Amino acid sequence: MEENLKKTCLWEKHVALGAKMSPFAGFDMPIQYSSIILEHNAVREKVGMFDVSHMGEIFVIGPDAESFVNHIFTNEIRGFEAGKVLYGMMCREDGGVVDDLLVYREFEPEHFLLVVNAANIDKDFQWIMSQTDGYDVKVVNESEKWGQIAVQGPEAEEIVTRVLGLEEASALTFYTYCESSWKGERMVLSRTGYTGEDGFEIYTSPEGIIEIWDILIREGVVPCGLGCRDTLRFEAGLPLYGDELADNITPVMAGLGMFCKLEKEFIGRDVLVKQKAEGVKEKLVGLEVLDKAIPRAGYDVLDPEGKKVGVVTTGYHSITLDKSICFAFVETSQAALGNSLQVQIRKKVFPAVVIKKRFYQTKYRK
Amino acid sequence: MSKIINGLKYSETHEWVKIEGDIAIIGVTDYAQKEMGDITYVDMPDAGEVVEKEEEFGALESVKASSDLFSPVSGTVVERNDALEDAPELVNEDPYGNWIIKVQMRNPAELDELMDAEGYRDMIGE
Repeated sequence: MEENLKKTCLWEKHVALGAKMSPFAGFDMPIQYSSIILEHNAVREKVGMFDVSHMGEIFVIGPDAESFVNHIFTNEIRGFEAGKVLYGMMCREDGGVVDDLLVYREFEPEHFLLVVNAANIDKDFQWIMSQTDGYDVKVVNESEKWGQIAVQGPEAEEIVTRVLGLEEASALTFYTYCESSWKGERMVLSRTGYTGEDGFEIYTSPEGIIEIWDILIREGVVPCGLGCRDTLRFEAGLPLYGDELADNITPVMAGLGMFCKLEKEFIGRDVLVKQKAEGVKEKLVGLEVLDKAIPRAGYDVLDPEGKKVGVVTTGYHSITLDKSICFAFVETSQAALGNSLQVQIRKKVFPAVVIKKRFYQTKYRK
Repeated sequence: MSKIINGLKYSETHEWVKIEGDIAIIGVTDYAQKEMGDITYVDMPDAGEVVEKEEEFGALESVKASSDLFSPVSGTVVERNDALEDAPELVNEDPYGNWIIKVQMRNPAELDELMDAEGYRDMIGE
């Protein structure tokens, strides 16, 4: 095992369950407990739970918190009531994505919670701090103080309300949250997720998270590792920072323009306005390979004449859809839906066609 | 603990070989299938293709990753296990019962360079 890997509060539980562990974002994380397919199907058909305690929690507090968050975040946060959650990105001046994240408008005025990718916690915190000049805000990285479990799947509401007794969960619609408590500690109960299914993300103290995990295990909720977290988010058309997003990829290239409100000011806006008007060289597309062979990250995408026009970022034989599909960055001229391309898989070349990135019809509770 | 069968030959890259005359029947070990997890696709050569010892002849794909298959012997593929086309999970269910290819060996002396069951058990450290 690599030195200096961090452990989440649930690390001992994963090891005791016999999970296959692997480094991810600096943490020693469970990849699978039993089988990626079984865990994936549990979430699509019933319910599964994930340890996502590695995610980062950064709080922005102060008189200028709203204008500051709106300045660093691509989505529009003004005009929403407390309890609203928004997805969006933080961009650099050149439009490259620092991170994609959730912004929670808290019930306490002038308080925002930013939930960021584990791999980017330190980078994000430094980036945010470097932008605070002229804003009266306090930025606090509380990532170590919070544990987080995601309960996902069609039976998630039933589990969260009946088994955990969090009846307030029923009133939440997708991308809203409420304040709750667990053994006297603050709890954030959020109807969000990264699977394409209905579900909840529960944040509380590490001790509380361990208790909740144990209760859910006793109830028979299937523990799910990062293996199926990736297959699920991929089918739902959701990007993963590091694969489909990076410092040198803009939201326009990644097809996330709908989360960038260009009519307001934010860092990187001018570049995105220009890219939207003039077009970008490469765009992220969905591809279906017309064979059982599986396209993998890094494989070349070719035009029908065999010229390289792109590269695969994530690819699987989709568990739910039973076909070989991938995300790929391709030259914009090749990105139209229905366009015929090819993917080089080891020694052979297979025909592929551009399809919608949301491969799976998501089932959110609107 | 992974299942290892006495009487088979084993490669360092986790293929097993069963010898029937001058035919080598090749599959992957229990250890390999466990490491891979759910196998979703087996990329196999067609009958008539030539394979070379220690060179790639195909691949196993799990949900998560692709892993090359290396031929333990040199020769010509005489048969591939077409059942794995539609049911790649058979490799997980019974890795020794579900061979991948049969190879007519060009140089059976190459078999001497492979490990026996005991040697393979030592190598995987179980």
